Amino acid sequence: MLLIDCPFCGERPELEFSYGGEAHIARTPDTASDDGWTAFLYDRTNPKGIHAERWRHVHGCGRFFNALRDTVSDKFRATYRIGEARPELE
Amino acid sequence: MQRFNALSLLRRSVRGHQGWRPHWRDPAPKPAYDAVIIGGGGHGLGTAFHLARDHGMRDIAVLERGWIGGGNTGRNTTVIRSNYLFDESAALYDHALKLWSGLSQTLNYNVMFSPRGVMMLAHTLHDVQVGRRHVHANRLNGVDNEWLTPEQAKAFCPPLSIGPGLRYPVLGAALQRRGGTARHDAVAWGYARAADAMGVDIIQNSEVTAIRRDAQGAVSGVETTRGAIRTKKIGVVAAGHTSVVMAMAGLRLPLESYPLQALVSEPVKPVFPCVVMSNSIHAYISQSDKGELVIGAGTDAYVSYSQRGGLHIAAHTLEAICELFPRFRRLRMLRNWAGIVDVTPDRSPIIAKTPVAGLYVNCGWGTGGFKATPGSAHVFAWTMAKDAPHPINAPFTMERFREGKLIDEAAAAAVAH
Repeated sequence: MLLIDCPFCGERPELEFSYGGEAHIARTPDTASDDGWTAFLYDRTNPKGIHAERWRHVHGCGRFFNALRDTVSDKFRATYRIGEARPELE
Repeated sequence: MQRFNALSLLRRSVRGHQGWRPHWRDPAPKPAYDAVIIGGGGHGLGTAFHLARDHGMRDIAVLERGWIGGGNTGRNTTVIRSNYLFDESAALYDHALKLWSGLSQTLNYNVMFSPRGVMMLAHTLHDVQVGRRHVHANRLNGVDNEWLTPEQAKAFCPPLSIGPGLRYPVLGAALQRRGGTARHDAVAWGYARAADAMGVDIIQNSEVTAIRRDAQGAVSGVETTRGAIRTKKIGVVAAGHTSVVMAMAGLRLPLESYPLQALVSEPVKPVFPCVVMSNSIHAYISQSDKGELVIGAGTDAYVSYSQRGGLHIAAHTLEAICELFPRFRRLRMLRNWAGIVDVTPDRSPIIAKTPVAGLYVNCGWGTGGFKATPGSAHVFAWTMAKDAPHPINAPFTMERFREGKLIDEAAAAAVAH
């Protein structure tokens, strides 16, 4: 089980959270086209490496936040609040 | 190729089993091939076999990052069935099931296909309605599936507990008698041996690092950890790593990769005659010929390539197994592991051409690709050879997501997603 650092509550076990899919997929005016809508709904980066993703601390503060996690090791590299830019990792 | 039969086995055994040769060669990659398959699992090796046997393409390389059959082919729980809801899926999976029944003869290799019956349990009224709907839909498509009462389910699978005090009461079950299991390693080895005998080069420990394109955008080759290879046709059959490979050609796919876990118990005498799966409480179980109970759990919730999976996912499945089969409560689990499965939004595969000329993809099998291996390989080889889909895989395009023609089998999969 993962330990996840909620930006509001601190480190809590994975069971308190629900996963919300890839982060930073925004609806823009381009999304109105068939191709844009397909990309928005379905196409995903699915990287082997650092993944920006949404989590919700559903059994805690109830709030959404974003995280950067390494999909090879499952290690969380950063968590940050919704609306903040994706942090740079060294 | 040394063919296997009773006489050849007898002759070798009286000579102390000397003189068996490796089942396939270990060639160095050539500078160019007519076609390159990326991924040496069952689907990829089977594709090479059908390209060579059915379409006369012998100048083929199968590139495998690790060893053949070491990915999901060697990690799955080997359940085979074709009782999918929609017409397109029933056609695809039943095509595979028909090929399974003759596969050992086709390959001259015992894949130990055992149609011992696959029983899917219903625990709620909703499960019953969905299960019966599947039975009717399957029968209209010529796929065998029948509805059992709890007593009939217990008679078919004696270890099953159907008492009224159960946390998960058994209200009925759908049984596909033609379903069953096969030996997963033998499938990879059998296809590899048969393809190799027709001249296919199986190149292991060779990871693809780039896909080359020509001035028109068509594929012109691949770069690997064992050198560059020129080719006009590339088939990507990379399961959980499909997104990684396709990104080398600049494509984003409707895929996400998750760890799917499985476990085996210590080996015991034959106690479990069939395959039992439960969609709503998330467990499936069968017994291997070695005697281990083979148990399938669910996927983790998040994208991962870790081939490990969370302990609570496996524990959840074991709780359900102990409830349904109380006699297994004191069995110890020997090993657990995960495979990385590539899941599409509608839980149906993509077996298709891509927007890049010469690039073909066979992916998105999610949590249930093993059962489709022979059918998938057959129609994908057709698609690559003719540059056009076989009628069976024609609906399984990438464009179906743009056009809204989803084949939404999320509910038909054995495990809740």
